[in-house]
Parts: sequence; structure tokens; C-alpha cells
Amino acid sequence: MQPDVVVMGAGIIGAACAQALKARGLGVLVVDRHGPASGTSAAGEGNVLVSDKEPGPELGLALASRDLWPELAEDAEWEEKGGLVVATTSGAVVPLQAFAAAQRAAGVDACEITAADALAREPHLNPEITAAVHYLQDAQLNPVKATRTLLRGIEVRRTEVSKTDGRSVMTADGVISCGAVVNATGPWAGNFGVNVLPRRGVVLVTTPIPGTIRHKVYDADYVGAVASGDADLQTSGVVESTQAGTVLIGSSRQRKGFDDTIETKVLKALARKAIAMFPMLSDVPVMRAYGGFRPYAPDHLPIIGEDPRTPGLWHATGHEGAGVGLAPATGRLLAQLFTGEDPLVDPRPFRVDRPEVMV
Amino acid sequence: MRIVVVGAGPAGMAAARTAADAGASVVMVDSEPEAGGQYLRGRARFGHAGVTHLKNTEAWLVEGDVLHVRRTDLPRDETSRLADSGWDGALDRERLSQDETSRLAPGPRRLRFDALIIATGAYDRPLPFPGWDGPGVITAGAAQALAKQGVTLAERVVVTGTGPFLLPVATALQDLGATLVGVYEASSPTRWLREARAITANRHKIGELARYRKVLPRLETRSAVIAKHGDRVTVAKLDGQWRPVSHRTVQADLVCIGYGFLPRTDLLPDARRTGDFYDVDERQRTSVENVYAAGEVTGIGGADLAEAEGVIAGAAAAGQDPPAKAVEAVRRGRLFAQALARAHAVQPGWQTWLDPDTTVCRCEKVRLEDLTDAVSMRELKLSSRVAMGRCQGRICGRNAADLTGVPFDGQRRVIAVPIPLGELAALPEEKS
Ligand SMILES: Cc1cc2nc3c(=O)[nH]c(=O)nc-3n(C[C@H](O)[C@H](O)[C@H](O)COP(=O)(O)OP(=O)(O)OC[C@H]3O[C@@H](n4cnc5c(N)ncnc54)[C@H](O)[C@@H]3O)c2cc1C
Ligand SMILES: Cc1cc2nc3c(=O)[nH]c(=O)nc-3n(C[C@H](O)[C@H](O)[C@H](O)COP(=O)(O)OP(=O)(O)OC[C@H]3O[C@@H](n4cnc5c(N)ncnc54)[C@H](O)[C@@H]3O)c2cc1C
Repeated sequence: MQPDVVVMGAGIIGAACAQALKARGLGVLVVDRHGPASGTSAAGEGNVLVSDKEPGPELGLALASRDLWPELAEDAEWEEKGGLVVATTSGAVVPLQAFAAAQRAAGVDACEITAADALAREPHLNPEITAAVHYLQDAQLNPVKATRTLLRGIEVRRTEVSKTDGRSVMTADGVISCGAVVNATGPWAGNFGVNVLPRRGVVLVTTPIPGTIRHKVYDADYVGAVASGDADLQTSGVVESTQAGTVLIGSSRQRKGFDDTIETKVLKALARKAIAMFPMLSDVPVMRAYGGFRPYAPDHLPIIGEDPRTPGLWHATGHEGAGVGLAPATGRLLAQLFTGEDPLVDPRPFRVDRPEVMV
Repeated sequence: MRIVVVGAGPAGMAAARTAADAGASVVMVDSEPEAGGQYLRGRARFGHAGVTHLKNTEAWLVEGDVLHVRRTDLPRDETSRLADSGWDGALDRERLSQDETSRLAPGPRRLRFDALIIATGAYDRPLPFPGWDGPGVITAGAAQALAKQGVTLAERVVVTGTGPFLLPVATALQDLGATLVGVYEASSPTRWLREARAITANRHKIGELARYRKVLPRLETRSAVIAKHGDRVTVAKLDGQWRPVSHRTVQADLVCIGYGFLPRTDLLPDARRTGDFYDVDERQRTSVENVYAAGEVTGIGGADLAEAEGVIAGAAAAGQDPPAKAVEAVRRGRLFAQALARAHAVQPGWQTWLDPDTTVCRCEKVRLEDLTDAVSMRELKLSSRVAMGRCQGRICGRNAADLTGVPFDGQRRVIAVPIPLGELAALPEEKS
């Protein structure tokens, strides 16, 4: 039987779309050239964050997603650990506090805490920090397990798509006809008509030191890096433990196409920032480094909706460094637009016919 | 011409010597305090005026024409003190004298090269069975290392695995005073009957067998240890696929496992491979520009093949034609290596030795039943945590791939050895 919808890409975004469409009674087939969570979704950190987003449409999508995740993320190491953003210089204090105040006005649970409070929560934190904000909504999950959970009961076929006209996909194993197609091919989404580009990111993983680091802790200059489009290397200190006790240290941002060579200047910059926040990490061995390519649109907003040029072709991509956090609301929004339900957030900021996106 | 060799085993030593004889400036690094590699460690006495041998020095990353290395034998505080003072080491100078080597500072260093030769060897592959993660089970390589340290073993030992290296291991253990209960070779010796060409070309290898005559009476083929509970060890007779057909119990304190070898290919995650091994051309060139490979990273065939490959790599890296004698030795050695790979290939029946709760990954305590139905190695790791622990899958990765049918990714780590975060932070600034 012909599927109602073929979802291209079994990353966390494709999985969330497939789950939401199926929940609305549609017949869904997911295709991926390498199988579930084989792209960016296995190469990131799994943070579900509201703390790093300024007020605006993306924050709205993030807050909606944050409400949806807990029931979807069972068996996916879901942990409501909270985020701690710290300023490490005196100059960073005022911008951080202003940022948090604006977020509070937009519905984010952001508490300014004293350095002493921050140290009580994170005993290994550098005592020299100048300000701290505690974000209660920030959470974490294992993105590979979450993708697998979302895909439960949904057929995933391993094949590469070369072309689509919105009513069928041409794959390496023949043509699949369908009612509609969702492009959720992450950093490769540009192959199907939208302007999505890869932005390299690298993460270091230490040997396990369970219980040492409790929150997701990051440097206040993270916010600046997220919103920038500069090709040069940018790093910001992001430190957190996984349930296995390893510490993940991120993250870098670089535009260098799909070049995945590891550069020591990136490792060095990440290490310095992490040690500045947690001096004790200096002696902890790094076991491995890995990285992926964040899919981004030039205006740094996700793309969710039908392509006006190709009826039947829908896009759900461009989530850059936040696809894990934004996945459930993206899937739901796409499915609501598809079936004509009232959308959970205003869909217009994410529409496909933005000038930066249609190329 | 500056040549850097990683590994001071038979392959690396031969490469370093040959390149230095051809006039190149050679630095050879090895993480161990002594040259010799797995086989000749402590007996090699390496010395060559044209080669700087950096001992206790681990290579962890190849970046363009730079090899990143670190000293492993100095206390951490001294490492960070020197790093903090911005001391840049002497390594980037054109030439080092032996004297300078001994004063080489600890911590991270960069070695620039015109050609790099990777001769990092291989490590043993264990196969899991119920009880293999308990006390009294070690790899054959670890046993060999114990033997080198000269400890005495007043214990009953068994050796189980496949391949000719079981015999020297058993001999070494016996020489340490252990009571050798049995040497269990999983393969059938008749497999060698199909390898007449390789045998004829390598007759000297048969002669080597005589060295192990003391342990030959204990050798049982088509057999393997398939479980250990305390000192009760289950030994099974196997069929051609290594499925148990019958079994019995023997008493032993120590089980030594060695099912062949996996090459240490982490330094070049993107080099082209065949199976687990680097692909090399007739000059030992890998698919990465200016990088050569020699020895067990290209195939398992014994120390003499490793040495001959080292000679070719050393000559080629220094811009010379490889000596005909080495070329001929490599031709013969590879015939043997290929025959060895066929005759002692791990057969899938070992997977039936495991119970659902048998540990597959010791670092992360992942059991057979915890392995997921993933389709890629990465998905398998992230969904079951197999191969995610301290050993980074060196011990279990290949076995987990076989158990799940996921394609093995050939140990593509981007950092070859664990390195303290503080050392990464202290990396010298790049000169661009
Ligand atoms: C270092 C790093 C850290 C990150 N940390 C976080 C974080 O903490 N929190 C967060 O929310 N986000 C984070 N992200 C971002 C997040 O990982 C991504 O936004 C998200 O994974 C994107 O998911 P996706 O499904 O769109 O893309 P992908 O996961 O890349 O999925 C796309 C899929 O499409 C398949 N595909 C592509 N082309 C074809 C084709 N032609 N035919 C068939 N299949 C095809 C691919 O195989 C792939 O599986 C991070 C990213 C990086 C790189
Ligand atoms: C138990 C046992 C018994 C054996 N008996 C025999 C025998 O009787 N006859 C025979 O011909 N062969 C025998 N062999 C095989 C022999 O050991 C190998 O053929 C030979 O050592 C391979 O040489 P190589 O130079 O390729 O690697 P190796 O000898 O393994 O040398 C590799 C070197 O590289 C170093 N190294 C690895 N990674 C790094 C890094 N990242 N940084 C720095 N240094 C690094 C290691 O410390 C090591 O010293 C035996 C092997 C074993 C395990």
C-alpha cells in the first residue's frame, strides 16, 4: 500500500514528524540512507534548552517543545537537570542579567543566583565567576535513544533519495509514490530546494567522573555565538555530564562545508573554556572527540511548512544547534499544518517562502 | 628530509634505520620505555646515530604535516608547570641530539614531518564467554607482558584462542612455573592443508614450531574455553563453524585468550582500509599523502614480515627504491599472512557461547541482551553504550559488531590515546 507521507531522513526531526503524522492516523514511511539517527542527531549533545534562546519565535517553539518532550522521551535518559549559565568576566554580568530578564518576560524560568549559590549547586565551579543564572526548564536526553523511541512502530527503509516531486521519491531502490513528502534531511536538506548549510561542531568526551558535574553549565558568551554567522571558529564553554558519568565539553561552531577533520586549535579552545569554568577538569582525560554538522538557514530560524513551488513537498529542517530541543514541537506543528488543525505556535516565522530560504 | 616513525617494534625500528641510512633525519616515537614492540621488547637494544628515539611518548593525532605527541612518564604537576610557562620544547628544531632527547619536556608537543611512517602494531582480540569478565582471565598479550616482567605463576593455566601465537604464550607461561593444563586452538589444522603455496614460501616458519615442542603435547585443536566459573573451566570440542559439539570441565586458575589481532589504526581515521587493516601500495604508502604504514597495521604475518615492510617504508619515505631483498621477503610474508588469516579466521559459532547476560563490553558492563537492533556502529554505541568506555571499543567493538551484524567501523577514533584536558588547553599555538 502506498504511504500517505514519505519522510526523508530518520534524524530526530524526521522521527518527530513521522511520530506526529502517525498519531493523526496517517500512513508514514521513513527513508534514510544510513538508518535511524545516523546523521547530526547522533553527533550532538542532547540538550533540550530554553536558556540559550532570546525572546522570539524560536523561543516559543522551544517552550512548546519542552512541554512535549517528557512524555515522548521515556527510555531516552530524560533528565530535568536544569541549566546554569555563568559569567566569567565582569563585563559579562550586565548583558547576562538583561538577557535573563527579557527571557523571564517571555515565560522562561530564569533565576539570578549569587556566585555562592552557584558554587553550592556546582561545587567544582571556578569560584571566580561573576554572575550566574539558573534555568529550571533546561533538560537533557540521549538523542539516539529519543529518535529510536519516536520511531517505534514506524517503518524505516534504508535507501537514499535522489529526487522528489512532492508526490513520489526516487530512491536507489526505485520510485515510491505517496501523498506527500517531508524533507527532514538535516544538513543535506539543501539537496531538495531550500537554502540549508552545514555548520561544523565538535564535542570532547572525558572518561567517566560520575557525580562531579550536575547541571548543564555554560559560559555566558554562548549566546553571542549562537546568533552569529561568522565563518571563523567560535567556541563557547558548555560542560555537562551524561548518565554514564562522562563529561561532554562543547562546543565549537565553524562554517567549513562538510569537512570533518579534527583541528587541534578547536580542541585547545574547547579545553581552555571548560577549564576556565571547572579547573578540576584539567587532569581529566579526554577519551574521544566527535562532531557533526548543524543544519542552518542563513536567518537562523527553522524551516517548517509546505514548499509553495512544489505542492506536496514539505520541509522540516534548519534547526541548527537546537534540533533536539525543537523536535517534538516541529513534528506537531508540521502535522497540524498538514491536517489543517490549529497550530500550537504561530507558523509564519518558519514558513518556506522566506527570501533567505528559497533559492 | 624529516621523517617521523610511530612505533618502535620490528616494523618501526627497521623503517627508522633504513630511512636514517638513506640520509633522512629521523625521529622514532614509542609509548613504551623500551624499543622492540610486542615481540622484541627489552631484547632489541635499538641504537642508531641518525635516529632520535623518543621513549614514553605517545602519538595521539595526525594533523596535516604535524604529528601530535605527549610524554607519558612525567608527573602531571610538572607537565602543567612546564606547559604554563609556555615552554615550547625542542622538537620543532630540524635535528635533535640524543642528549636533547633525554631533556625533552613533558606534555604535548608537535613533530613536523615530511613523511610519516605508522608502525603501531596490533593488539589481541579476545572473544567473550560466560565468566570472561571475572577474575583469572587475561589476554594472551597481557600474559606475554607478565612473562617479560618475570613474575612467577604457581597456577594452573589454560590458553585458548586461535593462531600460532598461542604457542609462544603457552611456552612463556610454562617457563614462569605455571602448570599448563591445555592449549586450545579453535581452528582445525587441516585448514592449513589448503595453504601449500604459503607454506612452501615460508618453510622457516615450520622450523619455528620446534621451539615450542614443550607445549605441543598440551595442544588440542578444534577446542575452546566457552565458560569459566571459579576454577571450573568448560572446554568444548567445536565444529567447523566453532559451534560446541561436546564439552567437559577442567580445573584452572588462569585463562589466557587470544583470537588473533586487531590493528591499531586510530592515528589515520580516514585512511583507506581493507577489512581492519590499512591499504598500502608496493611502497607501503597509505591513501593519505606522505603517510606510510608498515607492520601489523597492514596485516598479521609475524615479526619478519613487519620488519621487511619497515625497510620498504623507510626507503620509500626517504625517496629511495626499496631493496630487492625486502621486496621478496614481503612477497613471501604476505602469502603467509593471507594463509594465516584464512586458516585462523574467527568463525561465527563463537556467538553461541554467550548467554543473554554474558558481558560483551567490560568497561560499560553491557550484556548480550543489552545490544540493540541498531544498523550502524554509532547507533549501536549510543543506544547500548557498548564500546563507549575507557577502552573505547578496542576490546569489544569488533565483537559487538559481529554479534549484531552492524558493519564494523574499523576503529575510527580521532584521538588515538586519552589525553588530559589540561594538555589540550596547553597545546602550542599554531603557526599559520
Ligand atoms: C556538536 C553538536 C552539538 C549539538 N548539540 C545540541 C544540543 O545539545 N541540543 C540540541 O537541541 N541540538 C544540538 N545540536 C543540533 C542537533 O543535533 C541538530 O539540530 C539535529 O540533530 C538535526 O536533526 P535532523 O533530523 O534535522 O538532521 P539529521 O540528524 O542529520 O538527520 C538527517 C537524516 O537525513 C538522512 N539523509 C540525508 N540525505 C538523505 C537522502 N538523500 N536520502 C535519504 N536520507 C538522507 C541522513 O542520513 C540523516 O540521518 C548539536 C549539533 C552538533 C553538531
Ligand atoms: C604473544 C605474542 C607472541 C609472538 N610471538 C612471535 C614469534 O614467535 N615470532 C614472530 O615472528 N612473531 C611473533 N609475534 C608477533 C610479533 O609480535 C609481531 O609480528 C610484531 O611485533 C609486529 O611488529 P610491529 O612493528 O608491526 O608492531 P609491534 O611490535 O606491536 O610494535 C608497535 C609499537 O608501536 C607502539 N605504539 C602503538 N601505538 C602507539 C602510539 N599511538 N604512540 C606511540 N607508540 C605507539 C607500541 O608501544 C609498540 O611498541 C608474537 C606476538 C604476540 C602478541
